[in-house]
Amino acid sequence: MIGALLHRLPFEPVTAILVIPAASAILLALLPGYRLTARLNVLAAFLTFLAALSLLVERPAPGGYLFVDDLNVVFVVLGTFVGFTTSAFSASYIAHELEIGRLTPAYLRFYHAMYQALMFSMNLGLLANNIGLMWVAIELATLTTVLMVGIYRTHQALEAAWKYFILGSVGIALALFGTILVYMAARPVIGEGHDAMVWTSLMEKSKDFSPDMLNLAFVFLMLGYGTKVGLAPLHAWLPDAHAEGPTPISAVLSGLLLNVALYAVLRFKMLLAANTAAIAPGPLMVTLGLLSLIFAGFMLYRRRDIKRLFAYSSIEHMGLITFAFGMGGPLANFAGLLHMTMHSLTKSAIFFTVGHISQVKGTQKMSEIRGLTVSHPLLGWGLVVGVVAIAGLPPLGIFMSEFLIVSSTFAREPLLALPLVFGILIALGALFLRLSDVAFGKPTGSMAPVKASRLPFIAHLALVLAAGIYLPGPLVTWFQNVARLLG
Amino acid sequence: MVLILQLIAQGAQMALVLLLAPLLLGFTRKVKARLLRRQGPPVLQPYRDLLRLIRKEVVLAHNASWLFRSGPYLIFAATWVAAALIPTFATDLYFSWTADLIAITALLGSARFFLALVGMDVGTAFGGIGSSREMMFASLAEPGMIMIVFTVALLAGSTQLSEVAEFMVTHVTLRVSLGLALVGLIIVALAENARIPVDNPATHLELTMVHEAMVLEYSGRHLAVLELASALKLLLYISLIACIFFPWGLAPFGSGPASYLIGLASYLGKLTVGGFLLALFETSIAKMRVFRVPDFLGIALMLGLLGMLLLFVSRSF
Amino acid sequence: MDHTAIDVAHMLAGGMVLVSFMLLYQDRMFGLLNVFALHAFVLSLSVAWQAYIQNAPHLFITAFIALVLKAIIIPVALHRVVVRLGIHRTIEIIGGVGPTMLFGMGLVALSMVVMLHATATADPLAREDLAFALSVVLLGLLMMVTRRNAVSQIVGFMSLENGLILAATGAKGMPLVVEISVAFSVLVAFIVIGVFLFRIRERFDTVDVEALEEARGERL
Repeated sequence: MIGALLHRLPFEPVTAILVIPAASAILLALLPGYRLTARLNVLAAFLTFLAALSLLVERPAPGGYLFVDDLNVVFVVLGTFVGFTTSAFSASYIAHELEIGRLTPAYLRFYHAMYQALMFSMNLGLLANNIGLMWVAIELATLTTVLMVGIYRTHQALEAAWKYFILGSVGIALALFGTILVYMAARPVIGEGHDAMVWTSLMEKSKDFSPDMLNLAFVFLMLGYGTKVGLAPLHAWLPDAHAEGPTPISAVLSGLLLNVALYAVLRFKMLLAANTAAIAPGPLMVTLGLLSLIFAGFMLYRRRDIKRLFAYSSIEHMGLITFAFGMGGPLANFAGLLHMTMHSLTKSAIFFTVGHISQVKGTQKMSEIRGLTVSHPLLGWGLVVGVVAIAGLPPLGIFMSEFLIVSSTFAREPLLALPLVFGILIALGALFLRLSDVAFGKPTGSMAPVKASRLPFIAHLALVLAAGIYLPGPLVTWFQNVARLLG
Repeated sequence: MVLILQLIAQGAQMALVLLLAPLLLGFTRKVKARLLRRQGPPVLQPYRDLLRLIRKEVVLAHNASWLFRSGPYLIFAATWVAAALIPTFATDLYFSWTADLIAITALLGSARFFLALVGMDVGTAFGGIGSSREMMFASLAEPGMIMIVFTVALLAGSTQLSEVAEFMVTHVTLRVSLGLALVGLIIVALAENARIPVDNPATHLELTMVHEAMVLEYSGRHLAVLELASALKLLLYISLIACIFFPWGLAPFGSGPASYLIGLASYLGKLTVGGFLLALFETSIAKMRVFRVPDFLGIALMLGLLGMLLLFVSRSF
Repeated sequence: MDHTAIDVAHMLAGGMVLVSFMLLYQDRMFGLLNVFALHAFVLSLSVAWQAYIQNAPHLFITAFIALVLKAIIIPVALHRVVVRLGIHRTIEIIGGVGPTMLFGMGLVALSMVVMLHATATADPLAREDLAFALSVVLLGLLMMVTRRNAVSQIVGFMSLENGLILAATGAKGMPLVVEISVAFSVLVAFIVIGVFLFRIRERFDTVDVEALEEARGERL
C-alpha cells in the first residue's frame, strides 16, 4: 500500500533527498528572521527524513550517478534522522547563542544555509554511484563544515577552522589521487569515460583490475578519507573542530560526517576485496584502528574541555569501528555496522546535552561544571546515561557491538584482543572519572533553568537502549546481508 | 699510413685547442667591450700578453717551495690534456677512447687541487682567501658536474665523449632531462671558469676575486702558463657543451679531409657563438655575493639530480 | 602516439616538477606569487597539450580556466592582499633550504619508484604523467609542512591542487572530475583568500600561523 502511494508521488524519493536540502539551503540563505528559518530548517530535515524512510520500502534501480543498496540505505536513513533531530536541537541552541550575542543575524542565515548544504552533500556522498561524484560530495561537506567551525570568529575558532581546512583539504586531495588511480586501474578493463567511474560496474569487473594499481589507490584513499574519519595519526583537526564550532556542528561531525567518510573507505574496501590478487585491506585498517583506539584512550585522561573529551571519544570509537571492519568476516562486519549506528545516535545525544550544559554554565571547562544531576536533573542524568552508553556498558546498544567485536577478535586473532580490550577499558576509565566529576558532587556555576530541547536526546538514547535490549529481526537480517557484502 | 694520419689528426686537435684558447679569450673580451660601448683591446691581444710575460723575469717569494715553481706546469698539463681530448672537429680520434667524461672531470679536479695548493703556498692572506673560496665552490660544483655526467651517460649509454656525441646526433629528441643538464652544465661552467656571476676575471679587488687571488703571487713565465691554462679551461667547457648538446658537424671516423674541414668550420662557429653568448651574459647580470654562490651551485646540483631522476621516468621507450 | 608528442608532454610535466622546486626555494613573498603564477601557466600549457594529443576538446576549457584563474587572477589577488594587509615580505623556511630541497628530491625519487612500479600495466604516457603528478603533489605537501606563513601554506596547497589536475588530465577520458576539480580549486581559493586572510588579519594583526599557536586550545 505504501508502495502504491509512493508511486503516485510526482517525484522520486532519491531526488527528493537531494533536492530538499539543496533548495532549502538557497531559501535559508535569503530569508531573514530567526524563528522562521529555524522552523524551516527543521521542516526541511524532517521531509528529507521521510523521503529517506520511503527508500526502505521501495528502491529505484541503480542509475549512472546515484544508487541505493543495502549499505547506503542504512546510512541515509540514519543520517537524515540525526540531521532532523540535530536541527531540532539547533533551533533551541542557536536561539540562546543569538541572545547572548555570540552569533549575529547575518551569520545565522549563513549557518542555516550551510547546514542544509552539509545535509545535501552528505546525502549525495552516500547515494553516489560515481566515485568522482562521491569525492565531490565529501569535498563539499568538508568545505561547509570548515566554514561553520569558524563561525564564532574567535581566536580559537579561527585556529580550529584553519587547521581543519588544511588537514581536511590535504586528505581530500589524497583521496582524489586515489580516485584517479582507481579510474586508471579500471580503464583498460571497462573503457574510458563515465562507465569506468560507476561503482556498480567497478565492483563487477574488479577482479580483472591490476592489483598493484588497486593497492596503491587504496593506500591513498585510506590516508585521504581516513583523515576525514579522524584516525590517528591524521586526527589533529578533530578535537579543535569539535570544541570550537557550534555544538550542532559537533553533533553532525561526530554523528554523520565521520560515518560518511568511513562509508567511502568501506566502498573501496569492498572493491579491493573483490580482487583476490590485491592486498588484503584488513591489516592496514586494523592497525590504524587499534592505534586510534589506544591513543584516544590515553588522551581522554588529560582533557579539560568537555567537548574535546567527547571528540577524543569519537576518535576512539571510529578506531574501534575501523578495527572491526578491518577484521572482516560476517560477525565483525555486523558489529561494525551496528556500532556505527549506535555511535551516531549516542554521540549526537551526548553533544545535545553537552551543548545545553555549556550554554547554561557559560563554559566548556570541566573543572567549572559540577553537580549537574543536582542543578539540572534532566540534562545531568541524560549526560550520565549518554556516557554510560558510549563507554559500552550494558544494556545499551554499544555494549552489544563492542562485545561482538571483542568476541570475534578472540576467535580469529586472540593476540589482538588484548590491546583491543585494553583500549576499551582505558577509555571507560577516563570517561567515568570525568563523568563523576561533572555529574555528581556540589553544583557550581549558574543554576538557571535552560530552555533545552529534550526530545532529541531522549529519542536517541531511547533508541540506543531499545537496540541494546532487542534488535528487530528485519534489522538483523539486513545488517547480516550488508556484512556479507563487505566481505 | 692510416695510423700516421690518425696521429696527425689527434695532434692537430691538440695544437688547435692550444692555439685557439687565447683567441677565444680575446674575442670574448672584445665583444664585452663593444657591448659596453668601449673599443676594447684587439682580439689578438692575449697572444701578445703571453709573449710579453714569457720574456719577463720570474720574481719568487723567498719562501716559495718547489710546488710553487712546478705548480703552473702541472696545472697546464692537466688542463691541456683534458682540453685536447674533447672532440672538437671530429670524433673517434686516436686517443678518443681515453676521452671519458669522468676522466676529464678528474683531470680538471686535479688541476684545481694544485691551483688551490699553490695559492696557499706562499702564505699570503689573498692566496688563502682564494683557495678557500675555490674549494667551497668546488665542493658544490663537482657533485653537480658528476650528476650532469651521469644524466648524459645514462641517456647515451656511455661516458666516452665520442660515443655521446654520436648518440646525440642520431637520437635528436626534446628531452626535459637534457634541458636540465644543459642549464646545470652552464652554471657549473660559469663557476669553474671564474666568470661573472661567480667571480670577476677582470678585477683585483680582494673582496671579489677567487681565481685571481690564487695566482696573485705569480709572474713571468709561470703567470703566462697559468693564463694559458685558464684560457684552455674556458675553451674546454665551451667545447664540452658544444660536443654534448650541439654535436652537429662533427666529422665521423675515417671520413675524408672535406668533412674534417666542415667539422673545423662548425667548431669555429660554435666557439664564436659560445664566446658571444658568454660576453652577452656577463654584461647583463651582476656578480653575486660570495655567500650566495653555494645557492647558485646548489641549483646546478638540483638540476642534475632532477634530470637524472626524470630519466628514469622515460625509460619505457 | 609519436615520440615527439610524448616528449613534449614529459617536458611540460617535468617543467612543473622543476617549478615546484623553485617554489620551495623562494624566500620572498612576491617572488613566491610570481613563481606560483608560472606554475599555473606551465600547468595550463600541459593540460592544453594533453587536450591536443588526446583529442579531448573539453580539456582546453580546463586549460583556459587554469590559465586565467590560477595564473592571473589568484596571484594578482594575493598580491593585493599581501600589500594591503602589510604581511611580512620574507618567508621563513623551517629546516633551511638545503635540507628541504634534498628531502624534496627524495620525495620525487620515491614517487617515481612507487608510481612506475604500481602502474606497470597502464599505457606509458599516462603512467609517467601520474608519476610527475604525484611528485608535484608531494612537493606541494612538503611546502605546506615547511612553512609558517599562511599565505605560503595556501600557495603550497594550490600547487598541490595543480598536481592533482595534472594527474586527472593524464588519466585519459576521465569525465567530469576535471571540470569539477578546477571549479573547486577556484572555490577553495576564493574562500581562503576572502574569508581567512581577512579574519586572521583582523584578529591577529599578522598572518603568521605561529601566532595562532598561542590560541590553540589544549596541547595535543
